[in-house]
Amino acid sequence: MNRRLLAKLAVNGTLILLAGLTAFPLLWMLSASLMPTGEALTLPARLVPSRPTLEHYGTLFSRLNLGRTFANTLFLASIITAISLLCNSMAGYAFAKLRFRGRDRLFALLLATLVVPPQVTVLPLFLEIRSLGLVNSFGGVVVAGITTVFGIFLIRQFALGVPDELLDAARIDGASELRIYWTIVLPALRPILITLGAFTFLNAWNDFMWPLTVLTDESKYTLPVALANLSGEHVQDTELMMAGAVVTVLPGLLLFLALQRYYVEGILMGGVKE
Amino acid sequence: MIADSRIEEKRGSAAERRAAWLLLAIPLGAIFLFFALPLVAALFLSLTDFDIYAVADPHNARFVGAENYLRLLRDPLFWKVLRNTLVFVVIGVPLTLAASLGGALLVSSKLARLPGLFRTVFYAPVVTTLVAVAVVFRYLYHPRYGMINQFFGLVGLPAIDWLGNPAWATVAITLLAVWRSFGYGLVIYVAGLQAIPESLYEASQLDGAGPWRQLRSITWPLLMPTTLFVAVITTVGLFQIFAEPYVMTRGGPLYATTSITLLMYQQGFRWWNLGSAAAIAFVLFALIIAATGLQVLLRRMQKS
Repeated sequence: MNRRLLAKLAVNGTLILLAGLTAFPLLWMLSASLMPTGEALTLPARLVPSRPTLEHYGTLFSRLNLGRTFANTLFLASIITAISLLCNSMAGYAFAKLRFRGRDRLFALLLATLVVPPQVTVLPLFLEIRSLGLVNSFGGVVVAGITTVFGIFLIRQFALGVPDELLDAARIDGASELRIYWTIVLPALRPILITLGAFTFLNAWNDFMWPLTVLTDESKYTLPVALANLSGEHVQDTELMMAGAVVTVLPGLLLFLALQRYYVEGILMGGVKE
Repeated sequence: MIADSRIEEKRGSAAERRAAWLLLAIPLGAIFLFFALPLVAALFLSLTDFDIYAVADPHNARFVGAENYLRLLRDPLFWKVLRNTLVFVVIGVPLTLAASLGGALLVSSKLARLPGLFRTVFYAPVVTTLVAVAVVFRYLYHPRYGMINQFFGLVGLPAIDWLGNPAWATVAITLLAVWRSFGYGLVIYVAGLQAIPESLYEASQLDGAGPWRQLRSITWPLLMPTTLFVAVITTVGLFQIFAEPYVMTRGGPLYATTSITLLMYQQGFRWWNLGSAAAIAFVLFALIIAATGLQVLLRRMQKS
């Protein structure tokens, strides 16, 4: 019995240590963002602010106009999520449930493209965006995310489980195919739409290279681009930068916490994609 | 009649086919325009001397065959970058695997309290914004005031110039990458552990096997496919490191943290050598295919 207690202590002790180590950078970020100027980097180190202040958040939103940047990021991530959910669900449903010639070969071809890293297409895509006059526009950021093969794949896997009887019954009732997609399939796909929506939103929110490439005007920047830019100019303003990091990281973290169950299911579905 | 319905089974009714193409039109159109077309264009781009003059007028680009690739092979900086990438992988993959598997074993242990909470904490870094945490880590790595060196001082270890010393800078970047991604492997490992039948452990316990023995002869071998999968995903992720050096070191000191993607980005969007940047992108692509192919190969060997 004593040995079991010892094992229990060892397991939970290690867990707490590891979790503390993992959470430390994020907790320090939060704490430092609330410290008066100059307190975050001192000898000896301070872990908690001597008197918590929100002045750096104030500076971010007043002088550095981060409210605008926040709104840009929210807008872009939302619009990309909405459009790609619609497009991916249309395609995913068609590949899962509608019969047409060449379907499985086409789907296999799409899956094969999953191995192509985004770096390969980013250069010509930029030239394409440029010839379309979309440089420095939100449209230019959005086009790259209209459809993703991963999204189509995820939806298809789930849509395979929608019972055919449900669709056939609607057909017998005379519903058109598009109506079936809209009124029967979409509601049935709800759980996977939430999963994919969380993935897409987080990816769009955190995305760096593509917005960095497309957006040239500071007023159009997203949070990661603006933060990378600020971190060059304001290296000395540790507390200010930590406040910027909190504003950038927190929405994604909260979304993950809220939708965790859906999110983890999605990872596992994606993880066994072979 | 039977043959008819069989054809219908395969091809679907006319209405079904029409609906399928209607639903696929926009998604496939978008994939064609914003993925397939750039993919083919990238290959052509890598075979031309497309530079800033060609950005102004594409007619200035000339076909140069494999010249961009050959020049890369002669470029010491390119080899340096490949070596950096190798260091990222050699340090990052074992560390990630160890952290992911270790964390997964602990979270899955029957002795663990609040496993869900711990899993959430371990996963949280995965959903953070890379740019933001790179900014945070830059301060944690501060040579004099950074938390890491202050902790080192407390336990009697010498201070390290994390981002200023070329050798350590590569390590520092890799550690950030490991911190941010081990939660993903952890979740995959937890699922893998759940798939191992409890009866195997019970039987081995009857044979007198302790936890260490069980780990070595049941858990580890049965998790091999999971390990391979996590190793490849991690490798591919480390191949694509970009935001970390962009924010923390700008690729320095002495190019020690310049990654393939950073080199490509600088060549392409700073110097507008799009031809040569496209060649770098294809080398990266080849590396990713090689890593993925290796996984498939190892898996086949394991099965037979």
